[in-house]
Amino acid sequence: MDKYEYQKIVKENKPKEPKLKNAIVSFLVGGSVCFIGQVIASILQVTFGMEVSESYIWLCIITIFIASLLTALGFFDNFVKKCQCGLIIPTTGFAHSMTSSSLDVRLDGMISGLGMSFFKLAGSVILYGIISAFFFSILGVIIYG
Amino acid sequence: MASKKINGVYIKDNFILVGPKERAIKNFDLIMSDYYYGEKTFEQAEIKMQQVVINSLLNKNRLLHNDINFIIGGDLSNQVSVSSYAASKYNIPFLGVYSACASFCESLIFACELLENKKKERGIVVSSSHNLHAEKQFRFPIEYGAPKAKTSTFTTTASVATLLTNEITPIKIESYTIGKVIDMGISDVSNMGAIMAPAGADTIMRHLNDLNRQPDYYDVILTGDLGIVGSKLLKIYLEKTANIKLKNQIDCGIDIYKDDNENVNSGASGPVVLPLYLFSKILKQKKYKKILIVGTGSLHSPLFVNQKLSIPAISHAVSLEVIS
Repeated sequence: MDKYEYQKIVKENKPKEPKLKNAIVSFLVGGSVCFIGQVIASILQVTFGMEVSESYIWLCIITIFIASLLTALGFFDNFVKKCQCGLIIPTTGFAHSMTSSSLDVRLDGMISGLGMSFFKLAGSVILYGIISAFFFSILGVIIYG
Repeated sequence: MASKKINGVYIKDNFILVGPKERAIKNFDLIMSDYYYGEKTFEQAEIKMQQVVINSLLNKNRLLHNDINFIIGGDLSNQVSVSSYAASKYNIPFLGVYSACASFCESLIFACELLENKKKERGIVVSSSHNLHAEKQFRFPIEYGAPKAKTSTFTTTASVATLLTNEITPIKIESYTIGKVIDMGISDVSNMGAIMAPAGADTIMRHLNDLNRQPDYYDVILTGDLGIVGSKLLKIYLEKTANIKLKNQIDCGIDIYKDDNENVNSGASGPVVLPLYLFSKILKQKKYKKILIVGTGSLHSPLFVNQKLSIPAISHAVSLEVIS
């Protein structure tokens, strides 16, 4: 049997993932995270009299804190397993990825462990986020002046 | 020749330590209450697991370090470091082997070669795996909890030490076949079964060919950790390439988490799956006389997968006979 024939058989015998169900679950969970975020932002604006942009910064800090705390206490990975990608895409997932990779190496030393592995998963998000922000801001200046 | 008949090597005893999730396998000797096992990290816990099984096996059989001629150890860690650190506590010569989940079979083959034609020698074969250590090394950080595909397997937490001797005991090692490394161009890290199935099939085919046997010669053909997906592919592959229909095949990976299969998906994996199932279920049932154990290992290296290479696999077979 050659490689291509075998790969075809593997493809045919792969158990099917419930893609639609996963997408709906992710949509609902991700959507409700964003909804809660919006509620928190509105509360901050109304009760503390914050500007919109200022309230979003505080919102980020709050969600990152909650997600990191839940990761450290060992709850968040169970939520992620059940909620598919709904919790990984928003800021909560970003904080979770950093906390989880730093928990892995907490006893490997400050430099060789924590320092080197802190951005193991989040590093690419930061790098390409900054690069794309740079180019899009140039585009923005060109188009809108 | 890759297949060889062995004379005068017997399995005398074994000692099984299992993790908290593997409780459903009865017939174990010791159980861990948590994944740390009193150590600071999971890696150190695995070292302790190996030392506990070796110590307990020595105590159970009233043996001293001097009575053992060698230890052969295998595990999933980088540089086979768990086995090496575990062996550093003993005044016994040591060999560390790595062929991923086929390590147990590879260790048995080396042990056979070292013990054959000797008179009163003994050797210990130890293998172990730790779920969270393997997750950390091969996949995502432990607390990340990334969603898993249905083809993925769950690394078993356990450690098994096996005592081999020249004395006659009920379990005889009859022959073995060394496998070839087979790469079918699959690079899906969450589908280990599909990677390992062709290697397993090839070794079974060559074993039967070399020794001129039919599949029914064996009461059971025990594959290591192919899982649900891999077992199905193994049967298809054997039927298409050699026209062999396997009826007496059991996969250890499917059976281990029968009762508690949350997050398990396709089945159990790890070098310890095969000895764990062999000693706690198959040999305890006393139903099977001729057993072929086929360890299958995917030689997965995250480095080469990142460099876009496909994953090769290996498989070794060892034939056991139960004399009663």
